[in-house]
Amino acid sequence: MANITLTVNGKSVSASVDSRTLLVSFLRDHLRLTGTHVGCDTSQCGACVVHVDGRAVKSCTMLAVQADGSSVVTIEGLASAGGDLHPMQAAFREHHGLQCGFCTPGMIMTAVDMVNRKGSALDEATIRHELEGNICRCTGYHNIVKAVEAGAAAMAGGAQKVAAE
Amino acid sequence: MTSTGIGAPVRRKEDFRFITGKGQYTDDINRQGQAYAYFLRSPHAHATIKSIDASAAKAKPGVLAVLTGDDLAADKIGGLICGWMIHNKDGSPMKAGAHPALAQGKVRYVGDHVAVVIAEDYSTAKDAAEAIVVDYGVLPAVVDMNAATGKGATVVHDIAPDNRVYDWHLGDKAATDAAFARAKHVTKLDLVNNRLVPNAMEPRAAIGDYDAGNDAFTLYTTSQNPHVARLVLSAFIGIAPEHKLRVIAPDVGGGFGSKIFIYAEETVCVWAAKKVGRPVKWTAERTEAFLSDAHGRDHITHAEMALDDKGKILGLRVKTKANLGAYLSTFSSCVPTYLYAPLLSGQYDIPAIYCEVEGVYTTTAPVDAYRGAGRPEATFVIERMIEVAARETGTDPAAFRKKNFIRKFPHQTPVIMAYDAGDYVASLEKALDMADYKGFGKRRRDSARAGKLRGIGFSAYIEACGIAPSAAVGSLGAGVGLWESAEIRVNPVGTVEVLTGSHSHGQGHETTFAQLVSARLGIDIDQVAVVHGDTDKVQFGMGTYGSRSGAVGMSAISKALDKVIAKGKKVAAYAMEASEGDIEFKDGRFSVAGTDKSLAFGEVALQAYIAHKFSGQELEPGLKEGAFYDPTNFTFPSGVHICEVEVDPETGVTTIAKWTAVDDFGNVINPMIVEGQVHGGIAQGVGQALLEGARYDSSGQLVTASYMDYCMPRADDLPSFSIGTTVTPCPSNPLGIKGCGEAGAIAAPPAVINAITDALGHEDVTMPATPQVVWQAAQKTLRKQAAE
Amino acid sequence: MYAFSYVSPKTVRQAASALAKAEDGKFLAGGQTLLPTMKQRLAAPSTLIDLAKVDGLSGIELKGRALVIGAMTRHADVAASAVVQQAIPALASLAAGIGDPAVRHRGTIGGSIANNDPAADYPSAALALGATIVTNKRKIPAEEFFKGLFETALEDGEIIVKVSFPIPSKAAYAKFRNPASRYALAGVFVAKRGSDVRVAVTGAGSNGVFRATVLEDALKKRFSPKSLEGVTLPATGLNGDIHASPEYRANLIVVMAKRAVTAAVGK
Repeated sequence: MANITLTVNGKSVSASVDSRTLLVSFLRDHLRLTGTHVGCDTSQCGACVVHVDGRAVKSCTMLAVQADGSSVVTIEGLASAGGDLHPMQAAFREHHGLQCGFCTPGMIMTAVDMVNRKGSALDEATIRHELEGNICRCTGYHNIVKAVEAGAAAMAGGAQKVAAE
Repeated sequence: MTSTGIGAPVRRKEDFRFITGKGQYTDDINRQGQAYAYFLRSPHAHATIKSIDASAAKAKPGVLAVLTGDDLAADKIGGLICGWMIHNKDGSPMKAGAHPALAQGKVRYVGDHVAVVIAEDYSTAKDAAEAIVVDYGVLPAVVDMNAATGKGATVVHDIAPDNRVYDWHLGDKAATDAAFARAKHVTKLDLVNNRLVPNAMEPRAAIGDYDAGNDAFTLYTTSQNPHVARLVLSAFIGIAPEHKLRVIAPDVGGGFGSKIFIYAEETVCVWAAKKVGRPVKWTAERTEAFLSDAHGRDHITHAEMALDDKGKILGLRVKTKANLGAYLSTFSSCVPTYLYAPLLSGQYDIPAIYCEVEGVYTTTAPVDAYRGAGRPEATFVIERMIEVAARETGTDPAAFRKKNFIRKFPHQTPVIMAYDAGDYVASLEKALDMADYKGFGKRRRDSARAGKLRGIGFSAYIEACGIAPSAAVGSLGAGVGLWESAEIRVNPVGTVEVLTGSHSHGQGHETTFAQLVSARLGIDIDQVAVVHGDTDKVQFGMGTYGSRSGAVGMSAISKALDKVIAKGKKVAAYAMEASEGDIEFKDGRFSVAGTDKSLAFGEVALQAYIAHKFSGQELEPGLKEGAFYDPTNFTFPSGVHICEVEVDPETGVTTIAKWTAVDDFGNVINPMIVEGQVHGGIAQGVGQALLEGARYDSSGQLVTASYMDYCMPRADDLPSFSIGTTVTPCPSNPLGIKGCGEAGAIAAPPAVINAITDALGHEDVTMPATPQVVWQAAQKTLRKQAAE
Repeated sequence: MYAFSYVSPKTVRQAASALAKAEDGKFLAGGQTLLPTMKQRLAAPSTLIDLAKVDGLSGIELKGRALVIGAMTRHADVAASAVVQQAIPALASLAAGIGDPAVRHRGTIGGSIANNDPAADYPSAALALGATIVTNKRKIPAEEFFKGLFETALEDGEIIVKVSFPIPSKAAYAKFRNPASRYALAGVFVAKRGSDVRVAVTGAGSNGVFRATVLEDALKKRFSPKSLEGVTLPATGLNGDIHASPEYRANLIVVMAKRAVTAAVGK
């Protein structure tokens, strides 16, 4: 067992964990933050994507002990403290970028990271390429791409430009 | 139309919880004191189990129990069932081998369930499973269907010594033979419909919970049809009678058919909960999903089409072998038979059709319905045949289709189905226009200049949806009726709960069903809640599959709404002291004809519960109505998809340059959701055509058991889609809805393969048309070009 | 995963001594290959020695005519580095194409090279550029470092500290991805430095990364994609699996080499 202290969604958390506890298990089972999902065992589906120290990572491919001292943001921490949706969350709803919802938290966390790295003027090819590590079985990605494009513009304050069609 | 009315692209009510991480999927649920199950699975494709020694596993700290097939037998727990009886050509019944939830004496595929370990935590259960010693007597595997039915093949089930589940046929053989005797041209094709793994992103999961005080069970499970699960677990498997078994399917992360079936794992979890006196939870790892979720498709087919001298189709002859895997899954038997052969007429006027299907046991995972279920296989046969026949007769493929389209409705095909409505020419012409078919020649020349091969492919599909009426499916062998139920509970303040037997696992029922209720009752959509997925709340239902929730599930709601409005009129009549016949209901108000007297829907609801204005002898208080709806026919969505590809002959990479879909789904409640269904279906169909294929090696090991080897469609494998619709309302249900859930997956594979073979100039391309497959095929093209 | 113990040393010396003490220890760099392997129970180290907090293992700098990258530098940082983009743009673009964005945020160059996965990208760059792998004990030329599938010249307790890449005059990397895993089916790194041309191939060889001397010889005459027209590679020694036969891989190597050379001369 190892003692870890980290920040999750702005709150400090300390816990004693088995070394083999994955970050995703720590979030889901210890903290009951079940918005982060597990969809595969080989680091490919991206349902488990969270931000660690501001960067998107696959929480199924990181040990909880490796997050000691880090700041973690999950889908539950993305909306403002007052409950306002993050522009990317709002864009996924507005553009029907989700169906069953299982891959959605990882998609949204990846999309926010994409904008953080690549800026808000994202073309379709870039978005599709950047989603390489996130698999969705429901949407055919068509509306996810639209949602990311709109969410990116909204993050830059340009929400009007990409109003719903 | 209001902003939330029928036909409006209402944003989904269910989305808030999903985009904020507050969905409640089965694995998100934790019961007080729960233990964890890990299944020890067979590493062999085929073996006898000589002995199982679990003593070391049981002795490990934290292990609560190790259970095997012997324990199931001792508790008289029945085997898993197949609920659709198919009869052989000679009238004898199909051969269904026993399917215990934990193996009894023999394992029949890699991943078959040998034992379950229940422990304090998952890692402990998994560690302990490695300490179980199983003495296997390894038998030969049989993976290939032709080998399975060949001489000397190892026998999977003693009941079927030739590994044939059934030898079935449909259609008029003599009439078809006569048509071929008259033919001026015969097109022949051998086709493989590749085996797929459904891969809903949420892996299957189950929690069994036992309440000793009431001798009652609760099962939380990833199901598309919780009531059917309860029925099977009660009536056939014998876990508990239905009133002592509650099945809850909470948020479910996609199904695509794979979560229709009743599997070993949930059966064992709910049974074991009583044995260990603790809730028992199991969640599949992705590799377990690959090994033990029911797979889809897996046909080999030889087809022949007879044409007259004018290019009119005279007849179609189809011979198919369908791999059903090691056991018959819940609905497996009907997929390559009654969900397949009746669709072989496609959109075409074909006077004679004869189809033979052999169902085959192999030592592979069971195969059952996967998005489209039988209809994609049929569409692949007919649409590949049509395209090749057009090519062989030197006819434009669009013109060839038009020449053979059915134009008068209703149309009785020679294979059961009576198509009720459609306009196939309208869809084709709209699609040709949207795809700029006229400009294709220029685009092809542009590609050629860049060293690329461009092709265009059509798919004019039809599907039979709804999987109803009950009497019809019963006559075809279904073990259950396939109606749907609904109940409308109006609260005294006028808000409404809609209880439906349909189950939403991505389809957006909480929105579309609410749109219907809101529009019909004239109340705000936020006043409507849709309740599904809990057998304690919803009395009964048949669940969601076969694109049936709109056509059948919403029709049941519509019927219940009729009753609510009728009762509301009675209440309003008493409340406004008018005669019932003078009450009109419109835009959410009950009014007395010819007066200015009216009451809002909510006011009438309150009157119904207050019940001061009428006596209980005259009218029952309350406002709650239910309905069971059984349609009069299947529904027949149809459409045309056009795929344009560019092939890089150097690498074999196929790029989808353009995708056009024009679908006729009848009336549409929410076009945004319908388009989303089409997008997802196309992606799965493109996946089948280009990327996905489950592969077993000759020893029966699944080679493609993770996303490292099974290729899932990713965002950059697909283009944005160009989607259009035409509308011929369905005459067989009150809403005119046909269904849209499977269309894309049905239409897409032949469109892709027709496009690639058009690009390459020959037909030797199998699915999945991976870069390697297409590169090899392109070498043949380049040799041909060089020779010319 | 099987149970293991975890340590997080602060110095290279502590890390080496932790490994020496462990029954069956393994260094943990980015973990993007090791952790999935452990999850599948295909690896069962008794101890993981996390290198994340070891001083001095990260960073990118130019040292004379060489680009030096610390072993724990993440792929995303190599891809985004203006220094790398300026000095060896091919290396930045290779790093930008490893795995996916989330994997690149964790995965490290040292981990990739030490693991020597036959489908990993970095080994081809190290071999083609004639990199030197600097460990806590010695400097190893790439030519002597990669020893076959998952095999390297690293000895027990030896830790990669940094990798030094001589700056080429022209270089590019072209990768054909396995459609499923997105690892390289055939990844070709071409580099020209003076009259020397090297072509290193990953993902295709049955013994891991290798140099395609047939292609090098053709390109030494003239560094142009035209030089590769009509050149074929034998399929012997190449991998065959469900995704690609040896013959298909042989074709892909030549096609990727042509595309890499086209990109390299275009820069």
